[in-house]
Amino acid sequence: MKQPILEARDLHVRFNGVKAADGVSLSIQDGEFLAIIGPNGSGKTTLLNLCTGYVRPKSGSVHLDGQNITRLASRAIARLGVARAFQIPQLFSDQRVIDNMMLALAAKDGLWTMVRPLETAARREEAEALLALIGLADDRKRISRTLPEGHRKLLDIAVALALKPRLLLLDEPTSGVSALERFPLMETLMGALRQRQITALFVEHDMDVVARYANRVLVWNAGSIVAEGSPDDVFRDPRVLQTVVGVA
Amino acid sequence: MRAAYAIAAVLVIATLPRLAPWLQFVLTLAIAKGFAALGVAVLLRAGLISIGHAMFFAVSAYGVAFLARAGVGDLATLLVLSVLTAALTGAVVGAFLIRYRAIFFAMLNLAVSMVFYALFAKLYGVTGGSDGLVVPIPSVFGAALDEPAFMRILFYLSLTLMVLVGLAVHRYLDSPLGHALSAVHTNEIRLEYLGIPVWAVLLIAYTLSAALAGLGGAIAGFAIGRVVPEFAFWTASGHLVLIAVLGGIGGVPGAFIGALFLEMVHTAAVTVTDAWNLIVGAALIAVIMFMPKGLYGLVAREEGTKR
Repeated sequence: MKQPILEARDLHVRFNGVKAADGVSLSIQDGEFLAIIGPNGSGKTTLLNLCTGYVRPKSGSVHLDGQNITRLASRAIARLGVARAFQIPQLFSDQRVIDNMMLALAAKDGLWTMVRPLETAARREEAEALLALIGLADDRKRISRTLPEGHRKLLDIAVALALKPRLLLLDEPTSGVSALERFPLMETLMGALRQRQITALFVEHDMDVVARYANRVLVWNAGSIVAEGSPDDVFRDPRVLQTVVGVA
Repeated sequence: MRAAYAIAAVLVIATLPRLAPWLQFVLTLAIAKGFAALGVAVLLRAGLISIGHAMFFAVSAYGVAFLARAGVGDLATLLVLSVLTAALTGAVVGAFLIRYRAIFFAMLNLAVSMVFYALFAKLYGVTGGSDGLVVPIPSVFGAALDEPAFMRILFYLSLTLMVLVGLAVHRYLDSPLGHALSAVHTNEIRLEYLGIPVWAVLLIAYTLSAALAGLGGAIAGFAIGRVVPEFAFWTASGHLVLIAVLGGIGGVPGAFIGALFLEMVHTAAVTVTDAWNLIVGAALIAVIMFMPKGLYGLVAREEGTKR
């Protein structure tokens, strides 16, 4: 079997006695679109925090391409090619949309200059191309604080894509996006991920989105994985219907 | 258009001492404080207020005095070495302080600066205590000068440095590192997730801001001819923050506009009444209430409406 791109082994973490991860193991293969579903508060976001060094597990380990990244800082993991889009968009709200993008592009290769400007022709073109891809071309000059929530969400994803990651972690990419825009957004996003050969792990509440786009689904409840399989199999599982789909 | 304003302003400043010679000292000192306030303004970009930057102003001025006593007599060498001393001090102090944010950052800067103040005031044998140290007139490219000639050179050198250093800082703020610095203010989490080490971004900014304060301190030391512990006192640091806010934190010129404005108001007020603080205070309140973006905001706003 191929070596997984990301592997978590027996993760344990608790907050004030609440088990957010209780012996969780999982792996993502290269090129996979893995969805994680589960009720609110079951620890899905904590898993993303664990995989990106934002939260340290009490025990267990996380490996990227076989390298142990459990104790690495978020910035080090980001530099290894893991990007993240957040449930609540994390943007530079006082800066223009295009500057958010260009700073992300600069973070990849050209941060350490005090002399050359952030805005170079090449960087602007690349930023504009990404914004056009994700549907934010018209917003590029706006201050990101003034964007509607759905567009902030898109920008957050675009910023993560600008890092040219190998693995993208998406926390509820379609929440805050209007029902009408949800599938077009996912189509664009999935197209971009396939084209760039980016592996993705996404936490999602919209079961239609999961059913249509995930290769594999992990069902999460109370800090552990209760079911796993293809979307068809998982959605037929009575336990899943009861704990997750019923609630969500 | 903005460049035309700037060039006109610099030319006016350059000719003022020809019309009123007493203004030369006032303007030199204003530019010196402008450098230090620019240092404070750089950190304000990241949302960090330092109420301690007068320490670097003082470290550099004392540096000039010590070096002069040790036999270094050349203006350029003294300037470079004293600014480097301030930058190095900034890097060491900054390494500890950049971990803190908001009020903690402000207060710790204040605390450290008061330690420097106490050292300057109490180490009588080394620093001359509250009498301070004399900053002798240095030679300029090997030429020994009398005081009026040196002061004239110092003024025009300060003015030239104001333009050159101002442009350099402007470049820095427009660079990826400068944008990352502003981003510290809005979202440190995203910066980390972009793989950008926030500590490095801040340490570079802190060291640079200390160097700027040091440049101001060295110029002030030369202009006044003496350095005293009050250079590092917390009110001097507060004064720098006031100038930075007064000028407007938006652009590089703001710090110098604020410094020139405050020095001019101060100089004018002193001739009117002993209670000159009243007039300076009233001017400050007026600016803060009616010009929330500072004096520089006026120029920038006018530009905005023309477009």
